[in-house]
Amino acid sequence: MKEKVISIKGVSFQYPDQEAFALRNVSFDVYKGEWLAIVGHNGSGKSTLAKMLNGLHYPSEGTVSIGGYALIEENVWLIREKLGMVFQNPDNQFVGTTVQDDVAFGLENNGVEHSAMQERVFASLEKVGMTAFLNQEPHHLSGGQKQRVAIAGVIALRPDIVLLDEATSMLDPLGREEVINTVRELNENEGLTVISITHDLEEASRADRVIVLNEGMLYTEGTPERIFQLDRELLNLGLGVPFAVQMSQLLTDAGLQLSRRHFNEEELVKDLWTLNFEK
Amino acid sequence: MDIKLREVEYSYAAGTPFERQAIMDVTFTIPSGQYVAIIGHTGSGKSTVLQHLNALLRPLKGEIEIGSRTIAAGRKGKKLKDVRRRVGIVFQFPEHQLFDETVEKDICFGPMNFGVSEEEAKKRTREAIGLVGLPEEVLGKSPFDLSGGQMRRVAIAGVLAMKPDVLVLDEPTAGLDPRGRQDIMNMFATLQKKNGLTCVLVTHSMEDAARYADKIIIMHKGQVYRTGAPRDIFSDADSLTNVGLDIPETVRFQRMFESHLGHPLDKVCLTPEELAAEVSRLRGEMT
Repeated sequence: MKEKVISIKGVSFQYPDQEAFALRNVSFDVYKGEWLAIVGHNGSGKSTLAKMLNGLHYPSEGTVSIGGYALIEENVWLIREKLGMVFQNPDNQFVGTTVQDDVAFGLENNGVEHSAMQERVFASLEKVGMTAFLNQEPHHLSGGQKQRVAIAGVIALRPDIVLLDEATSMLDPLGREEVINTVRELNENEGLTVISITHDLEEASRADRVIVLNEGMLYTEGTPERIFQLDRELLNLGLGVPFAVQMSQLLTDAGLQLSRRHFNEEELVKDLWTLNFEK
Repeated sequence: MDIKLREVEYSYAAGTPFERQAIMDVTFTIPSGQYVAIIGHTGSGKSTVLQHLNALLRPLKGEIEIGSRTIAAGRKGKKLKDVRRRVGIVFQFPEHQLFDETVEKDICFGPMNFGVSEEEAKKRTREAIGLVGLPEEVLGKSPFDLSGGQMRRVAIAGVLAMKPDVLVLDEPTAGLDPRGRQDIMNMFATLQKKNGLTCVLVTHSMEDAARYADKIIIMHKGQVYRTGAPRDIFSDADSLTNVGLDIPETVRFQRMFESHLGHPLDKVCLTPEELAAEVSRLRGEMT
């Protein structure tokens, strides 16, 4: 049995002065070392859930446990040690005047000794491939580089879990790729548990498991392959589908034979060829 | 109203040790009523070009013709207000610019700033909110109580309420979910076709450039690298990869299919719908 690092049971949440619940009876677990993507349209409850996992909101009903601690006010600082967050806007999360000062900020707050701090700052920047920028000013970096520094700042605190809240949505395609690759390496080499909240399907398709939220409820969960088989259902939920899935559907609609709906473009093109053109 | 750039050059912090040349020798035309996409890698000069389109930046060399106005290097531009009204820019993450107490006041701000009466501004606000697909109920709400996607639409409505002839869009769908993205892109396409608006789209999405644009301008290292119709631009994958750009997913898939087929299809397909129809037609011919 895989070890649970987060357990969410029957959680509902209502913002003050709002009638509708932002989250309704949501239950799921997160396992150690996995990469879990949480997808949903704007307003599906994704961000509310992210804020809850970092102790910015508490459930109106149900329970949340993170790293063995129940999510209650007394535990919030312990929980924040276990789970680090990377936010959407790269320009909103810098406090230091240089890259290394910025990464050191969290360590200073936690009273880490100077010599240990230097080591950890360097090691963290090494893990995200940013050691060449130690004394650069953060505003001279590209969006992707800024997010990598933000990730270094989080992992310097050695959390068990990193939560990315739409951390790639403001980046250009290259920056997005940089950040996703960095996260993938940390996940594989360091065993870091990753939760990425996203509506970028490319990003979600790299995850081990995907959870779909819709109108505050858990709609479905499974491997990316299984989730993307839902195709039109996903479109109805305001989400897109990967290109191969969309293309499979359009080809079938145009009267071409396919053995199944494809997730992978190479398999699709082979199938299309074999069933329709090969003599 | 055409916009013409002739040998435009611009440097940031000109005359200081920090001077950095952003664009040089940029010449192109944005023909009236067309949908033009400007694509290029981050740092290619797209945003600098964009700010010249309504004279927020003035060229250090060369000149820009915006309708009947000419903005030339070395000459002082006066009365640029009319240019700024006629060329509306939707900047990246425009919802960051929302500021007023209610959606209605926020949208009215632009037109009233250009001398439109309050009554007329309110009328335009109701039209604009409909164009961006929001219900009139939001007019009385604070823009900050809306969702991210709704805030984006309000910000766009604020530009539309100025009744520009040219709409310049800088990555207008960044950060939106797929449905929101599609809705907003379709809205711009409709405005361009039905209301005769000229659209200039600055984007990283080759798919959007392929689907919507009549003309594509590729920027690279501050210069115009290529201009042309989408079918011409995307039929040459190498020239795109040379400047760090990609072909659209559809074209990539078409090439994979052609390698099985042994010869190219009659045309480069710009959307998945078009490719599916083309493949289906081909099978009809072969059987």
